[in-house]
Parts: sequence; structure tokens; C-alpha cells
Amino acid sequence: MSAMRRISYREAVREALREALLRDERVFLMGEDVGRYGGSYACSMGLLAEFGEQRIRDTPLCESGFVGASIGAAMNGMRPIVEVMTVNFSMLALDQIVNTAAAVRHMSGGQFSVPVVIRMATGAGRQLAAQHSHSLECWYAHVPGIRAVAPATVADARGMLWTALLDQNPVVVFEHATLYNDEGDLPAEGDLAVDIEHAVVRRPGRDVTLITYGGSLKKALAAADALAAEGVESEVIDLRVLRPLDTPTLLESVRRTHRAVIIDEGWRSGSLSGEIAAQLAEQAFYDLDAPIARVCSAEVPIPYARHLEIAATPQAEGIVAAVRSVLRR
Amino acid sequence: MSHSAGETKVRLTREHARELMRQMILIRRFEEKCAELYTQEKIRGFLHLYSGEEANAVGVMQALTADDAVVTTYREHGHALARGLPINAVMAEMYGKVTGCSRGHGGSMHLFGAAQRFYGGNAIVGGGLPLAVGLALADKLLGRPHVTCCFFGDGAAAEGEFHESMNLAALWRLPIVFVCENNLYGMGTALDRAESVTDIRRHAESYGMHAETVDGMNVVDVEVAARRAAEAVRAGEGPRFMENHTYRFRAHSMFDPELYRSKAEVEEWKKHGPIVRFTEWTLDNNTLHRDDIAAIEAEVTQLIDEAVAFAEQSPWEPVTDLLRDVYAPREAGGAVAP
Amino acid sequence: MSEFRMPSLGADMDVGTLVEWMKHPGDHVTRGDAIAAVETQKGVIEIEVFETGILDDIRVQVGQRVPVGTVLAVIRTGNEAPAAQTVAEKPAAAARPTPPVAPVAAAVSSVTPAGAKITPAARRRALELHLDLLALRAGADGVIGLREVEASRAAPAATASRPPGAAAKPGIDMSEMRKAIAAAMAKSWREIPHYFVSSTIDVEPMLAWLERENARRSMPERLHYAALLIKATALALKAVPVLNGHRVNDVFAPSSQVHLGIAIAMRGGGLIAPAILDADTLDLADVMTHLDDLVVRVRGGRLRSSEMTAATATFSNLGEDTADTLQPVIYPPQVAIVGCGRIVERAWAEHAVLSTRRTMVVTVGGDHRVSDGRAAARFLGHLNELLQHPERL
Repeated sequence: MSAMRRISYREAVREALREALLRDERVFLMGEDVGRYGGSYACSMGLLAEFGEQRIRDTPLCESGFVGASIGAAMNGMRPIVEVMTVNFSMLALDQIVNTAAAVRHMSGGQFSVPVVIRMATGAGRQLAAQHSHSLECWYAHVPGIRAVAPATVADARGMLWTALLDQNPVVVFEHATLYNDEGDLPAEGDLAVDIEHAVVRRPGRDVTLITYGGSLKKALAAADALAAEGVESEVIDLRVLRPLDTPTLLESVRRTHRAVIIDEGWRSGSLSGEIAAQLAEQAFYDLDAPIARVCSAEVPIPYARHLEIAATPQAEGIVAAVRSVLRR
Repeated sequence: MSHSAGETKVRLTREHARELMRQMILIRRFEEKCAELYTQEKIRGFLHLYSGEEANAVGVMQALTADDAVVTTYREHGHALARGLPINAVMAEMYGKVTGCSRGHGGSMHLFGAAQRFYGGNAIVGGGLPLAVGLALADKLLGRPHVTCCFFGDGAAAEGEFHESMNLAALWRLPIVFVCENNLYGMGTALDRAESVTDIRRHAESYGMHAETVDGMNVVDVEVAARRAAEAVRAGEGPRFMENHTYRFRAHSMFDPELYRSKAEVEEWKKHGPIVRFTEWTLDNNTLHRDDIAAIEAEVTQLIDEAVAFAEQSPWEPVTDLLRDVYAPREAGGAVAP
Repeated sequence: MSEFRMPSLGADMDVGTLVEWMKHPGDHVTRGDAIAAVETQKGVIEIEVFETGILDDIRVQVGQRVPVGTVLAVIRTGNEAPAAQTVAEKPAAAARPTPPVAPVAAAVSSVTPAGAKITPAARRRALELHLDLLALRAGADGVIGLREVEASRAAPAATASRPPGAAAKPGIDMSEMRKAIAAAMAKSWREIPHYFVSSTIDVEPMLAWLERENARRSMPERLHYAALLIKATALALKAVPVLNGHRVNDVFAPSSQVHLGIAIAMRGGGLIAPAILDADTLDLADVMTHLDDLVVRVRGGRLRSSEMTAATATFSNLGEDTADTLQPVIYPPQVAIVGCGRIVERAWAEHAVLSTRRTMVVTVGGDHRVSDGRAAARFLGHLNELLQHPERL
């Protein structure tokens, strides 16, 4: 067993960026304040000094322009990592992502590929109010041609980036903003790349399946701990990949536990949890012993005041309550 | 290579004149044939024809090498043909057949050609500009001496992506030639109703980019200006902007009653159209003869007839292949341009 | 000669109104000339001709609104035999996904006890355990989940399994029912090894009693002899349980109740056999009432699905006018059927004395996987005994 070391999610992201820049000279990082500022979440601190301005490229505030440029660069032989500061600003680049990156391969009859990695911070929880608290993962997970991943652990933050770069398709990486300070253990040596295909059971259980991703994983695990004290054993699945969904893993679990609760920080209406619930209903209908439950954000622009923000977003208490209801306790 | 502006000469040999004429007539007749096929419902969706603007595509392409890149708009048949996409594949794409250059997935607005470094065809006004910035950025970072040539219309000058791309290109000194085909109308809106500053080259200049106004109805002028721009870009002088004054003789698209301009205006422009003017000029100075033009017309007619026959006889993509090419396979091997 | 047709000018253009002819018959037209003006939802658009020649024959007049593709005029081009246009074949219509076939009704009842909610997992588990859904008890919240099924299993379960049912719907689609019955009969004959045992029964006592009885009763209270047959059959079935119940998944479960299906002719052809529930417990007046009611509702197409699925055996006397003997076919998942022929005066020898009696041939059709002729014979013996003492019915 190799030695382990403890680092933060942020440090894991930085390590992943650095490894990519070292391993492949076609890789470069582009985005607002990734260079001199060191990254708005400090994920690229020090990289400018090490790799220079050509490869750590500060951009003006023009999301459509520079995300579009990253797409063009990817189509022409580079391996760009473009950082959109948060998913909230990514809407300015949605046209380029949906109408060019996602579509070009099929639209051109297979002639061009777009091997671009687009990283975005996402989510609520820091009282940043309505325009800075979106969870729009489901919009990207909706679009054919895109792959969407949500590293929720330090290991995934460290290991998904390289795999994403190897992928010939546009990969959107969602880093939940409340995870950057979290710490986790990683092996000190060895190849840390992880797949971007499978969901993972983070905690096995027999009574109910909790399905979640990103910043909500912690809350689901906390809920599972609380429920264990009541004798309820929850199986917690971290989706890790939002498109394509690893449906077989979800089905295998629900067929055993017969109950599913989906935790999704997006607003309930039209959320990714709806898609997952539909797939479970389609493919595991006869295994269900209770209706599928969802714990999502309330139908409100995320408010600033702390207690309101908490009330508007999924919390461990809400997850526990949902589990109790599907267990009819 | 050193030069100064204005000294790049077009050597208008008889051969070269014939080639310019042939390409323009090819585009003109191709567009007419597309109009006819559209009314017969062989071509569907939207159809935006280039008639009247031929000199822009033909003239600019003379300045590009096979290794340069081209990005254009939904009015791109002329650019595709002038760039060298096989006419059969282009016509088949119009029909939606699997033998089309985009396997029938794109149609009129999304012609692509990896072999010609032709990056489409874009239905989003201004959508191609950031793409061109990226293509040029990659060439620069990889140390390749290529030029990216980006065509767009006057309508794009209002889009945020236009401004973002101008800024990025100038800021990073990217090897791009921007060609604005200013045909005075963004669909049904005249330029002076869309732009506070109708002199579009001034927008480019405001970003510190060298910009020129060009007579887009004169293929020789266009070629001269394009060569000048491309050479400057190749010399590392940063991006260049050409504002080509041109005019489309047909409606914005097929389904357009042209309520926004008078027939008289159209007729006036037609009198000074690119083919009319080039014909007059080459006949006047005996570079070409009437026989040459007749021969070109016959050749073009045959090429187009063959393209139509090819498209008619080509098969459709099987529906079972519907989900093919949504994603590139995991192992590298996709046709990423070098 | 070339046909000039109304052009398509846009993806959403289906028709156009001709508002002006700019050329007239006899005029020379050149490729590219505007030949007519067409009004569309976007406004008036001039349409051009793609041939050179003489405009010959105008087919559509000013003011006419025609679909795209309609021939507007004919142009004499001087080319004989215009090049045949190869018609581009439309791509084969995307194969329509075949609509999902409705799953074959589960062999065990999917009849839900009114008001209870059964989860899919619980339903499936109950089937696996051969538990009667109707015998399951819901939790305090009215839900039958896996928990309740497991709890039921611990307690001895009711063994009668229910017949397959159409989902409880208000009212039955009779034509669909006929199709279902036809299918069931075909299946029955294919899969059930029938045996038949008959007996000729002296019905003089029954008829004599009936005549005296009906004489005392007012019209609405009068009994038909079928009521006596039904009651007697039900009682006799009670005594021979191997003929009364359902065989499901290779297992026969005798029923503690006798729900006797009564074969009734449907309007438009075919038979249907809805059940009189607990027929053995009813008095004759009630049997009569139920019988009348069933007949009326069969004719009116207003049966309840529970009536269709509850029968534990079936009775038929539909040969009553013309047939001496019936050899009726069992309605699965039942295991027996009783058919009565017509009442006929026959020569009767008893104690070496010849007379005539009104008699009836009763035939029992039995599922040989479950019973044999001796059971049928026992049944017929009971039946005969009961009919000899009609006053006790």
C-alpha cells in the first residue's frame, strides 16, 4: 500500500492542471484571471510562472469569444482547458458550446472533433445570491455531443482532468464551489487518472439508494450517517458523470434496495433528477417499493440571506426526511 | 518577404483571368440551379444565395494556400466552391444525401470540408468569429505559418461575438484575415438602421486592427487587397480586416418578398455586377474572348448537370446510422486538422 | 414541353395564390424571367421561370390558390422529350417503433382490493409466493409494500388464487370480451385434457315441484327451472371440491366458495359466463334475481370485471331448446363445467316398468389433470339426489 498524502480539492485541481501541462505541450489553460491572479478559486496559482503566458493565458471578459476560441483551437490541434469562472457566466458562451462544440462533429458528418475541456465552478452555499448561485449542470447534460462530469471528491478532482483531455469530445467539468477547501487522501505516487464513465457507490446499503452528484454528495453522506443511527442503511451513489449517465449502476442498486431518493441542487422543475427518475421508472418500475423521491432546490432564485439560502437548497435534514417517507416510517 | 502596401501585383494572365471568370460563373450558375431545385423541393430548409457576391469569395481565395483555413457563414456555397470543395459533394449535401460533404447532416448552411480546411457554414450570425480566433490561436501556438480567413456579413458587426473576436485577435496578434462582406442588408434591415457607425472598417480599427475598404464587385480589386492582407498576416503583422462593399442580387433567402428594398436598386447593382464588369474588362483589353466565356458557360453547365445527377442518384444515409458521429470514439484517430 | 409548377419558396410554404401573370400565352420567356407573382403569408413574391421557350398554356388563373407543385402553365421549349427527372426517392420512412404489446395478464390476480395501493415490488413478490393479493393487509397508510407481503407470508395465507382479470374498469367492452373468450376457448381446448361424463337425470320431480310452486307465486316471483339447476349444481360442487376452483401455474387450488359462472348468450354471437357469487348459499328467489340481472346486464354490456373473473366453475344450459347433450368446454383457469341438455320426454325403465319421464342429460366436462371421471360421477350423483328433492333447494 503506497503512502498517502492529504490535499485539498483545490490543490488537486491545480495538480491535475500542472500534470496535464507537463505531459502534453498541446495543453494550455485559458480563462479570466487564470494567470496573474492565480485563478479566481486559486486553482492555477503559480502556473503562470512555471509555464508562461502562452500556455497560461489570461483573457478579457468575453466568454463567448474565448470559449469559442478554445473550441477553434481544439479543432486545430491544441488541447485547450478553458476555464469559465462560474457556470453563471457560462450562459454567455452557451451558443458556442451548444451550437459549435457539441454540434460540429455530427454536423460535419464526422470530419471534425472538438477535444476541448471546459471547467466551471458551480453551485450555491456561499450567500452569493441569485446571479452567482446557479446549478445548471442539467442544461449541459441535456445536449448530445457533450460529456459532462462532476468531480465530488479530491480523487476525482485530481484524476478526471487527464481523462477528459484524452477524450476527443467536448467535456464540461463542474467543480462545486463549496468543495475547494475540502480535503482528501491521495496516493503519493502512481497514475491518478480515473475514468469518466462510471458512477460509484460511495457507501453501500440495503434499505434505500441515494443518488447524487457534486456538492450534494457530502450532504447525502451526512444524511446516511444520521439514518444509520436509526437502523436505516442507505446506499449512496455518486453519479460522477452526468452525461452519459451510468444507468446500469443505478439500476443494480435500486433493484436491490427497491427505493430511490435523488438529490440534485438544480431547481426541481426540469432538473437532472427528473431525468434519472424517469429512467428508473422506465427500467426499474417493477422493482420499486415506493415512489421515487427527489430533494432539489426550491423554485426560487437563490436568496442571499443565509437561512433563506439553506431553505432553498438541499440539506441533510431534507434528505433524511425524504428517506423516511419512502420507507414509510 | 518584404513589401509595401499596394505593391502586391496580380499577374492577370489570360489563364488567371479565365480561372477567375470560370469560378465566378460556376458559382452564379450553381446558385441559380439551387434556386430552381429549391422550388422543386429537392433542396429544403433555408437557402441563402450568393448571386452578386461572387467576386468576394473568388478574389479572396486566390490569396490563400491549401494549408490556410476558411470560416464562413450560411451563405457559403460560393466560398465552398471557390475553396475547392467538390461540386458533387456540395450538391449532394444540398439534397441531404449521404454523399454530401457533411453526409447530409448539415444541408445548405453547414458545408464542411476537412481536406480543404473549410470549417463551415454557420447559421449563427457572428458564430464563426470566435472559432476563427481559436483556429488562428492554435496555428500561432504551434508555430505554423497558416492564415485563417473568416468571412461574415455586415449584420455580424452588431453581435457581441464580433467585438470579442476583434479584440482577441488584435490583442493576441493572431494570423487572421477578417473579410466583412457588406451587402448593405442584414436580412431585411438596412445597414444604417443597424449600425451607429456604418463604416464597418472603423469598428475593426477601433481595436487597433489594420482595415481596408474594398470594392467587392471587382474581383481583381478583391484579389489584390486579399493578397496584401494575407501577406501582412503571414509576415506576423497581426490580423487584417477587409470590408468588401458588395450586394446580393437575390433575396436574403428564398422565402423573402424583399419588402425592404426597391427593385430599381437591385437592377442598378446588377448593371455593375462582378461578372458583368469582369466580362467587360477582359473583353475590352482582350484578355478573354467571347468564345472563352461561351466555353466556360458550357463547361459549367455540364459540371452542374453532373452534380445534380450525382445528387439525384446518391443514396440517403440509413436511419440506423442516426446516432453515428455524435461523439468521437474514445481512442484518438478522429480527423483533427493537422 | 415543360410544366411550370407552383414553386416552394420556403420550408413552411404549402400553398400560394396566383395574383398576376406577367407573361401571356404566346410570349417568349427566357430562363430567369419573372413569369408570375404569387401571394404567400410573407407577401407577394415574383416567381421566375427556369426554361426558355414559348409560354403555351396557362392552367391556373389569377386569384386561384393552389398547393405547391401544382402545374401553373406549360412552356413549349422546343426540346422534344424533356430529360426525365429522376425522382429522388424519399428515404424509407423511419421504422415506426412497434407499440409495446400489452403484457399477458399475470396468472395471479391483479385485482386490487379497492382503496389499497400495492407497490410493483410487492405485487411481484406476492405473485412469486402465490399469495392472494386480496388477502394481504395494507399498512396503516393504506399501502401494501414488501413489508406487508413478507408479514402476510409469515401468517398462513389464503390459498385460493384469483383468476386473471382485466384491470378493474367500469363496464366491459363486449367486443373485446368476445375476442378474449374466443382466445380462451381455443387455449382451453388446446391445453386442458378434457374428459366428459354424462348422466340422464329424471327431472319430473323438479318440474312437478316447480309447477306447483309457480302456481302459488305471483308472476314476478315465479321461478325458472334453471334456478333449481343452478342451486343444485352449486351444492353438488361444494360436495366435490376437486371440481370447484382454479388451476394456476400447474397448481390447483380448490375454492371454499362456489361462484358459479352462468353461460349466457351475447347479442351478436358468442357466450359469456359471469358468476353468481356464493351460489350455494343463495335461496332460489335470489338465484332467480341474480340470473335475471345477469342476463339483462350481459345484453346491455354492463358486466363488472369481478363477475368475469370470480367464477370457480361454470354452468350451461344453453342447449335447452334443441340439444340433447352438451359437451361444454372448460373456461380456464376453472377445472370443470356442467352442461345441461334440453328437457325431453324419454322412455324410462324403472323396476322393470316402462314409462316416460321428462329427463335431461347433464354432462360434466372435467380437467383430467385435476380430476377424473369418478369425481364427475360423484358430482352427478349428488346433483341427481338434490334434484329429486327440489323442495329442499
